[in-house]
Amino acid sequence: MSSGEGSSQPSSKKSRQPKYSRFTQQELPACKPILTPGLVVTTFILVGVIFIPIGLLSLSASERVVEIVDRYDEDCIPSDQEKTAFIQSDKTNKTCVRSLTVPKKMQHPVYIYYQLDNFYQNHRRYVKSRSDKQLRNPENEDLTSPCEPEARVDNKPIVPCGLVAWSLFNDTYGFSVSGMNLSVNKKDIAWDSDKNYKFGSKVYPKNFQQGSLIGGGKLDEKIPLSEQEDLLVWMRTAALPSFRKLYGRIEQDLEANETITVVIQNNYNAYAFGGKKKLVLSTTTWIGGKNSFLGLGYITIGGLCLFIATTFIVMYLIKPRPYGDPSYLSWNRNPPGN
Amino acid sequence: MKRCVYINDDDLSHDIYCDNRISNRKYTVWNFLPKNLWEQFSRFMNQYFLLIACLQLWSLITPVNPASTWGPLILIFAVSATKEAWDDYNRYLSDKKANEKEVWAVRHGVKKHIQAQDIHVGNMVWLRENDEVPCDLVLIGTSDPQGLCYVETAALDGETDLKTRVIPSACMGIDFDLLHKVKGLIECPEPDKDIRRFDANLRLFPPFLDNDVCPITIKNTLLQSCYLRNTEWACGVAVYTGNETKLGMTRGVPEPKLTAVDAMIDKLTGAIFVFQLVVVMVLGVAGNIWKDTEARKLWYVEYPTKGPWYELLVIPLRFELLCSIMIPISIKVSLDLVKGLYAKFIDWDNKMVDQETSTPAHAANTAISEDLGQVEYILTDKTGTLTENQMIFKRCCISGTFYGNEIGDALKDEDLVNAVATRSPDVIHFLTVMAICNTVVPIQRQNGTILYKAQSQDEEALVHAAAGLHMVFVKKNGNVLDINFNASVIQYEVLDTLEFTSDRKRMSVVVKDCQSGKLFLLSKGADEAILPCASTGQQTRTFSEAVEQYSQLGLRTLCLAWRELEEDEYQEWSLMFKEANSALVDRDWRIAEVCQRLEHHLQILGVAAIEDRLQDGVPETIETLRKAGINFWMLTGDKQNTAIQIALSCNFVSPEPKGQLLLINGKTGDEVRQSLERVLLTMRITSSEPKDVAFVIDGWALEIALKHHHKAFMELALLSKTAICCRVTPSQKAQLVELLKSCEYRTLAIGDGGNDVRMIQQAHIGVGISGREGLQAARAADYSIGKFRFLKRLILVHGRYSYNRTAFLSQYSFYKSLLICFIQIFFSLISGVSGTSLFNSVSLMAYNVFYTSVPVLVNVLDKDLSERTVMQHPQILFYCQAGRLLNPSTFAGWFGRSLFHAIVVFVICIHSYAFEKSEMEELSMVVLSGCIWLQAFVVALETNSFTILQHLAIWGNLVAFYVINWIVSALPSSGMYTIMFRLCRQPSYWITMFLIVVAGMGPVLALKYFRYTYRPSKINILRQAERLGGPILSLGNIEPQSRAFEKEVSPLSISQPKSRSPVYEPLLSDSPNAIRRSFGPGAPFDFFQSQSRLSSSYARNCKDN
Repeated sequence: MSSGEGSSQPSSKKSRQPKYSRFTQQELPACKPILTPGLVVTTFILVGVIFIPIGLLSLSASERVVEIVDRYDEDCIPSDQEKTAFIQSDKTNKTCVRSLTVPKKMQHPVYIYYQLDNFYQNHRRYVKSRSDKQLRNPENEDLTSPCEPEARVDNKPIVPCGLVAWSLFNDTYGFSVSGMNLSVNKKDIAWDSDKNYKFGSKVYPKNFQQGSLIGGGKLDEKIPLSEQEDLLVWMRTAALPSFRKLYGRIEQDLEANETITVVIQNNYNAYAFGGKKKLVLSTTTWIGGKNSFLGLGYITIGGLCLFIATTFIVMYLIKPRPYGDPSYLSWNRNPPGN
Repeated sequence: MKRCVYINDDDLSHDIYCDNRISNRKYTVWNFLPKNLWEQFSRFMNQYFLLIACLQLWSLITPVNPASTWGPLILIFAVSATKEAWDDYNRYLSDKKANEKEVWAVRHGVKKHIQAQDIHVGNMVWLRENDEVPCDLVLIGTSDPQGLCYVETAALDGETDLKTRVIPSACMGIDFDLLHKVKGLIECPEPDKDIRRFDANLRLFPPFLDNDVCPITIKNTLLQSCYLRNTEWACGVAVYTGNETKLGMTRGVPEPKLTAVDAMIDKLTGAIFVFQLVVVMVLGVAGNIWKDTEARKLWYVEYPTKGPWYELLVIPLRFELLCSIMIPISIKVSLDLVKGLYAKFIDWDNKMVDQETSTPAHAANTAISEDLGQVEYILTDKTGTLTENQMIFKRCCISGTFYGNEIGDALKDEDLVNAVATRSPDVIHFLTVMAICNTVVPIQRQNGTILYKAQSQDEEALVHAAAGLHMVFVKKNGNVLDINFNASVIQYEVLDTLEFTSDRKRMSVVVKDCQSGKLFLLSKGADEAILPCASTGQQTRTFSEAVEQYSQLGLRTLCLAWRELEEDEYQEWSLMFKEANSALVDRDWRIAEVCQRLEHHLQILGVAAIEDRLQDGVPETIETLRKAGINFWMLTGDKQNTAIQIALSCNFVSPEPKGQLLLINGKTGDEVRQSLERVLLTMRITSSEPKDVAFVIDGWALEIALKHHHKAFMELALLSKTAICCRVTPSQKAQLVELLKSCEYRTLAIGDGGNDVRMIQQAHIGVGISGREGLQAARAADYSIGKFRFLKRLILVHGRYSYNRTAFLSQYSFYKSLLICFIQIFFSLISGVSGTSLFNSVSLMAYNVFYTSVPVLVNVLDKDLSERTVMQHPQILFYCQAGRLLNPSTFAGWFGRSLFHAIVVFVICIHSYAFEKSEMEELSMVVLSGCIWLQAFVVALETNSFTILQHLAIWGNLVAFYVINWIVSALPSSGMYTIMFRLCRQPSYWITMFLIVVAGMGPVLALKYFRYTYRPSKINILRQAERLGGPILSLGNIEPQSRAFEKEVSPLSISQPKSRSPVYEPLLSDSPNAIRRSFGPGAPFDFFQSQSRLSSSYARNCKDN
């Protein structure tokens, strides 16, 4: 401290003097943690010790999930025909029967997803091409400007407009186990917020898929948008080019080694852009669907933390470094920073 | 070019010259908006943001809502424009006040009250006592029969003494009533800014006297903004008006200063900009290729087969906009905010309040605090800056008797008091000379005390001292001086004053004792000017010893002498003197020669020693700052010996054997060159040794050196860490600053007087001492402090903290922008290189402006080392000076960190939120919260000291992020309705967050720990030591214990003269063994002293490479 400053404090301070407060004097009490070996090693060990069990837990949760994935796009098309022409034609029979074997017992509810690979729902042109205002309120059906190029047909507004709705996925699946139909619950597959708010209960499809180009599925014009749950699910655009969307639920257990027969209406054109279509049946746990990434990640990171901690301990033992050693402070011996 | 001023001619000159309207304004109402916008947009960053904002208006390419850029942009511009407008309005108001001031002026032969702004060139202006001079005037008449008047020129040159001004000889004796009818012609040069020179001539028209041309000098002028004092009235002719006055010409809006940190940030911004362009080009090309090969196959995207002509540009421009956040718009706002706060901390600092005058420090320029931490050169004024500028008579030696040696104050020396009481004749004579051999004007105040107004502070000190010894100079009635000695009044009549010039180095007066009628010559001056004039036979050896002894103590010495004159000798001389005084050619020289004829055979009375006290703490401050690697140059108008003495006494130059003074002198170009080369040679040889080598140069040699040997002098400037420049003019001071600036050094100029203003404005940082010589320097300066010693705290504490904080803040701002930008880039790689933004506009804006700005703003409270530690180890400032905390390599570290973190966040998020969870809004929020978590931990890891506010800001911000997003998620109209609630219910969300934090921070922490422990910087070591309170701190406890102790003894801490060696050692010579001087409190510094030099020379090397 520079001396002399604090020595003569006159008893009466004048108003020109700054007011004293710990903030203005930058003297707020502060704690200054420094990275001691103990602190750092403890931190790493602690993190490792916590992370590995969580990782194991997550991994086991993920492993408990029973998942059946069946890619059907290639098999459901006659190999002798041109794929795109086949799928675009109205006249071809697109029914396709697949049989799946349940590897382990699947407890209800069993979720049915369709998975599209190499489908860019996150493409800029695509994500932008929708009008949320129009979907919400029947009075806004003319607000189609963001929906180009699927905004209007014959100068009449399309409801729901835009590429997203237009390209609605329209494969359908029918399930049966040993000749018994498995009922698929398609209620409540969309988010509540979408049903209750984003999509209006008084908005009905209009002029949908009436243009020269037919995209994906069609909509029943008598059902309001908020109840068209397949559309709602579809319009929750996916962020990744590979995604699954919920198709429905099977509300009964599937026993191991049961064979499920699936009747697929293979309508959706994923052939033009080399996309894949998969049918996925999956159970779920607290962590969600089958995804071992988090579990493995936790175990790896936890292990790494323990490894680092050990390294530091070893380094500390081999080459202890006294803290705040004045010999390191020599301003002349080695110039700072070298 | 000449300017012809017709006195009192109302018609001729009106149209030619401007009126007296002063304008300091930068803008008018009409040009404000365009001019201000133009100025703001001359900065690259602003141009960039404007371009981005304009591009965003094109909806085809904008990834986000244009409001997210326009909003902050308009806000930023509005704030700076408002500030400018407010400043300009205040300037307008003060101008208006000055312009509308009422003055008496002659109009059409009649005296009238007019506004100051209506004065025209040629008008006659009347002033009364204590009036401010409204424009530059040539004196025509005063109330004084001798034609004298006094002015105070503090506002002009910072000197507070009264200066005498005299009317031109041609106007002598014009009757008061006729003055306003005077007609004539003044020929004067075009306006310039030289306040010490005015070469004009005056011719009065009949009927006033003759037709002869009368020369006019600066002594015949009253310059704008001076004050008329001690004179009832004066009148003069306006020669320069408005902004063309001498003051107006020196005025000028100083260039806005840019700190080194700002320059570095600009440079880094440029680098990021280039990087951004590369990214945009690559992604743009990739995007176009992808579009043509892949996207056309995606039927659901419906790419038109034929696009518009600009189709190829669309994707690159989209990426440009997507990447525009790489350069954070928030950095400008954040920096302005924290810089404002740094300045406030300086204003608020209780430890920088001058307790005597209770003047707090003030930061007038809020933008350059970081530069304080990067200062490499300090150029300091001497008088009033290092010293108190308060001359006090301390000791004397009268006829061989030393007074005041024991107690350090002659006035309290009982021997002297007794000698006065017993009317010892030598002592009485000594006191008489002290009291009346001067040009001091005593002013009786209301309460009976006497105020002395003196040209030189030395004279004032002597008169005060004489008064203290009962020889009171009471009154000056024209030429008659009243001296009050022990209740009896003695009157002296001053017959002639032989003025002081720097060549003569002495001044004398011829007085007549009014009682006895005897004539006396009283002289005082420098020893070398007085002692040779001693009467033959008088022993001067005692006196020169006394002078030597006193100057070793750092005291200023004056020799006092007298002689009785014979009547006829005086008469004869008086004639010659009058003749010389009216000489038109070589007047100065002839006067000097005539004076010489009288000043001989003097009887030396004694030596007076005057102390210009060093301010408290000056030696310590200089010592500390030099250890911090800052080089000092002393630029003073004072003479060489005094300057060197002061330099020695305040640690400015080290005494032998560690220090060495090299003198550069010479009157001609050749002499200067030789001397310069010799010094350079010595410098080169000694530069490898740990030795303090300083050079000393005077103004004359400096002028030559700067003009003719610029290169050599530059090399000298680079080599020498210390320099003393004596007798330099204000413009030379500024030139020296300019010289150091041209060598890429950060300069700080500190001064207190008006003569320092130019240097203060020129330097990177100007510090003004709000001291005795008025507030002019303080007003022009960026920082004003009450005392020199606060400079230490200003630099080491405020400057250093500011630099550290800004270094972190700016790099962190880039880090967080790059982080989010890299994620956008990665996302575009999996979204068909189409330029989709992962984040919505609101989140992006909030991320930049709010979530990431608030925690880092409290970084202004961060202190890596405590103030105490920094003060004890000033060497640590090196890290700031060399820019160790903000440079391309540290920036690369942050760049790498942001890339690493972006990869961690992105990879973890897209894998844990794959397949059925890969919903766009959800993923976007997961990624965003990952970034927020990481940045909270980054800030926490980089924070050195946690106060409650920091905890609040860092963790509170994290909580606020959730609260805000919950609120937004609760609004049905928002795009992310219910998203945040959904996420927070999923265990996998939280698991993902922790994974991100640990995966992101683990390596950073490990690396930091490794470097902290095994490759520690000095800052780290000091931090550790501070924590442990170990041996370093006690070892570093090197501050001299208490100033109070020293103060009582003597400001120089030498109570007894230490070197009374009879051998006269030259204080200054070219030989290496020039200076020997023992130095009390300096010894404990040795440990660090030799080391600091190396580190600073290392700093220099870094710079050179």
